[in-house]
Amino acid sequence: MTRVAAKNASALAAGLLFGLGLAISQMVNPRKVLDFLDVAGNWDPSLALVMAGAVGVTMLAFRFVLKRKQPLFDGEFHLSRLTRVDRPLLVGSAIFGLGWGLGGYCPGPGIAALSTGSVEALVFVAGMALGSFLYRRLGAPRS
Amino acid sequence: MANFTPVSALIGGALIGASASLLLWLTGRIAGVSGIMHGALRERGAWRWLFVAGLAAGAGAWLWLAPPAFVPRSGFPLPLVLLAGVLVGFGTAQGGGCTSGHGVCGISRLSVRSIAATLTFMIAGMVSAFVVRHLFGVAS
Repeated sequence: MTRVAAKNASALAAGLLFGLGLAISQMVNPRKVLDFLDVAGNWDPSLALVMAGAVGVTMLAFRFVLKRKQPLFDGEFHLSRLTRVDRPLLVGSAIFGLGWGLGGYCPGPGIAALSTGSVEALVFVAGMALGSFLYRRLGAPRS
Repeated sequence: MANFTPVSALIGGALIGASASLLLWLTGRIAGVSGIMHGALRERGAWRWLFVAGLAAGAGAWLWLAPPAFVPRSGFPLPLVLLAGVLVGFGTAQGGGCTSGHGVCGISRLSVRSIAATLTFMIAGMVSAFVVRHLFGVAS
């Protein structure tokens, strides 16, 4: 197997595992997400435990992984080198949060929910692609 | 908190963490779904599309094997769903990440940027959900 094929297979496997996790934790159900964000309603803390479960694993595993010189099928680790908390980070995250609380979908669950055949998920993912395009046209710093 | 499901939340979360660890170990990439999606739309290479396809297939497989207790939401206004998608697409592109990239991977690397981003989108999400549900009364 070539390196590119190994990388592609790894991405597919990681995607499958990620989708499985989103389905088991019911994060593909936008109502469950909104029940977490809606602290004034019938609050459901499940989403916090999904994050805690994920961070618990990555915090430990990343330490071992990042001690290696390089990943198994690539020449380097592709990590962000940005360190400054700047305006685009905060403004963008606030815009994302507003959309998240409006629909109950963030990118992972939105894409995963496509598998349910939900029209909503299709509309949401189309909206995300449009938002991505709009950012490139209007919001991205000129280079 | 009658709808709290701590066990499936922790198991599902641990699987998401295992996925992110696997992707970093094997390919050196951060499992940030928004970053992978934005990249898929404008960069060459199949791995991003394969990750996205796996994401949908993995969720679909589980929902098929173990039909969920919840009924898929219907009747929520589709124009609002579209607006939500545009905001999420734009915001994650500008802010450089979402719940997985900043919230899971960034926090576990103790990145100050990711911690600031996560606090920001959590608070904005709570404000937005409150306004939509309680002030505008959109049932969901």
